Amino acid sequence: MTAIAPIVPEADPGRDAPRRTTSEAAHTGLTSRWASVAAIVIALLWTVPTFGLFVSSFRPETDVKTSGWWEFFASPDVTLDNYRAVISGSDTDLGTYLINSVVITIPSVLIPISLATLAAYAFAWMRFPGRNFLFVAVFALQIVPIQVTMIPLLSAYVQPPFNLMPLAGADAPGGGLYTIWLSHSIFALPLAIFLLHNFMREIPAELIESARVDGAGHVQIFRRIMLPLMMPAIAAFGIFQFLWVWNDLLVALVFGGGSLDISPLTVRLAELSGQRGQDWHLLSAGAFVSLAVPLIVFLSLQRYFVRGLLAGSVKG
Amino acid sequence: MTTTDKLLQMGIAVALFFGVMGVILVLTSRLRSRAGERLQTAAFLAPSLLLIAAGLLYPAIKTIYQSFYDAAGTTFVGLDNYQTIVTDGDQLQVLRNTAIWVVLTPLAATLVGLVYAVLVDRAKFEKFAKALIFLPMAISLVGASIIWKFVYDYRGTDENQIGVVNQILKSVGFDTYRFLLTEPWNTLFLIVIMIWVQAGFAMTILSASIKAIPEDVMEAARLDGASALKMFRYITVPSIRPSLIVVLTTISISTLKVFDIVRTSTGGNFGTSVLAYEFYVQSFRSFNQGLGAALAVLIFVLVTPIVIYNIRQMRRIEAR
Repeated sequence: MTAIAPIVPEADPGRDAPRRTTSEAAHTGLTSRWASVAAIVIALLWTVPTFGLFVSSFRPETDVKTSGWWEFFASPDVTLDNYRAVISGSDTDLGTYLINSVVITIPSVLIPISLATLAAYAFAWMRFPGRNFLFVAVFALQIVPIQVTMIPLLSAYVQPPFNLMPLAGADAPGGGLYTIWLSHSIFALPLAIFLLHNFMREIPAELIESARVDGAGHVQIFRRIMLPLMMPAIAAFGIFQFLWVWNDLLVALVFGGGSLDISPLTVRLAELSGQRGQDWHLLSAGAFVSLAVPLIVFLSLQRYFVRGLLAGSVKG
Repeated sequence: MTTTDKLLQMGIAVALFFGVMGVILVLTSRLRSRAGERLQTAAFLAPSLLLIAAGLLYPAIKTIYQSFYDAAGTTFVGLDNYQTIVTDGDQLQVLRNTAIWVVLTPLAATLVGLVYAVLVDRAKFEKFAKALIFLPMAISLVGASIIWKFVYDYRGTDENQIGVVNQILKSVGFDTYRFLLTEPWNTLFLIVIMIWVQAGFAMTILSASIKAIPEDVMEAARLDGASALKMFRYITVPSIRPSLIVVLTTISISTLKVFDIVRTSTGGNFGTSVLAYEFYVQSFRSFNQGLGAALAVLIFVLVTPIVIYNIRQMRRIEAR
């Protein structure tokens, strides 16, 4: 044995082995064998469905439609035709919707972050009357399900009060995209403010106080101290909001006004699944076109994602 | 719009909001007086609070108000819309389905997540094993529904199967089965999709709190000769109780709002509709504003106590 202390206690045979009788050892061995079996069964149930569709997306159309994906391994026949058809084929044209998804998602992530960092800073480090009441109010509004806001919000976009410019309709600015950007931003704000506020409060007050004593104003503190320190928290919220917006169907359906011109991938995929439910060669490739981006983002930023999850960033 | 147009508009929108942020920072950076700082505070808060007030608070109140009006939103009808929800046959089925979803999904997803978290804890490939269960969380519910529609795909018993579940049924000698069409069990097969998506969330939260159980507690139980099952029952589960409740409540909230799975898998047909889907249909397909509003308010009313309970539990965990 080396001098390194065992991190995992039960892996230390020197301490446990003598105390354990044969039957006990057999018992533990058995349960751990059953435990392994159970873990493998769950892991398989959770991966085989995705794997099957993934394999299918690379099989020729006739194969996909006439034989199960598991037969692929008996006669492997790989093609990229499905992806070609789905991305640039004139009837599916997912390439355009992929761009729509990007165009919808980026502002919908950046806008709430920019607004919420300001508000969270005010709630965390500025003193003003009614601060607690306002913060609790913002926090409480997380409860409101987006369904409750949709009809009035939609009519406000079409016929805004005070003769403001309508955000939906033929002459809408940004081709009507503002309705989607704004809606996603609004729905994200309470959670974003709450989370960023919590992270900002964790920064030691002495740090802020000493900066104030040195003559720094709130803006300097915000820019020089808060923003750099907040980057992990912003990343944690950002990845959440990214996944939420990229994967959203309801907001895009309602506020996209049924216009496919500004619809994201999810709307198009849902439609394909309804209209061409048996064209599995297209559906499989289409599904993976839409899954690729969030999976890459997710896997590369998993650390931040878990941190955000543990801090309570869950949106219904 | 062309692609360039869209990208340009995207750039404008982002620049607009970052511009607002920049202007606020620059304009208020020189304010030092008491009144100046008040102004600065207001400028920091105003954009967010305005959007929240106009986009969440006002619409929520308006919807509650609308739920007492008729389909066109012009005549006051009192509680008629709510009465429809609890008496109409179709609406009653929606309520029943929603209840089944909200009970089964959190329980099953949490159970799977918990068992798996315990099983792979400190295993050799823990990270990898967790990622497998975790991945469905990253994909859209539309994507998940397509994945499972393929799993459930139906062909006659004599034909070549392409859906894996029916292939299994066939190879053990049963007839193939229309999983998504046969009432009433099709609702259960839709729920499976949600469980599949949510188990990863349960596993992540529960795994973190299992790892936070003090080592000496586990060690003491082990020295007392507690079996793995007993340790699970008497040490693990009680220690992570608050996290368990947070996981259960959070999943029930998401489940109450489930819409994408029903729409993509069955389009709400074959007796599978749920509250959030029915809200969409009534509001944007049947244009029954009043009933749509009432359904939305009902979701609101059902979610509220769960959220409050959830927040209390989270506070309790943080207080430790």
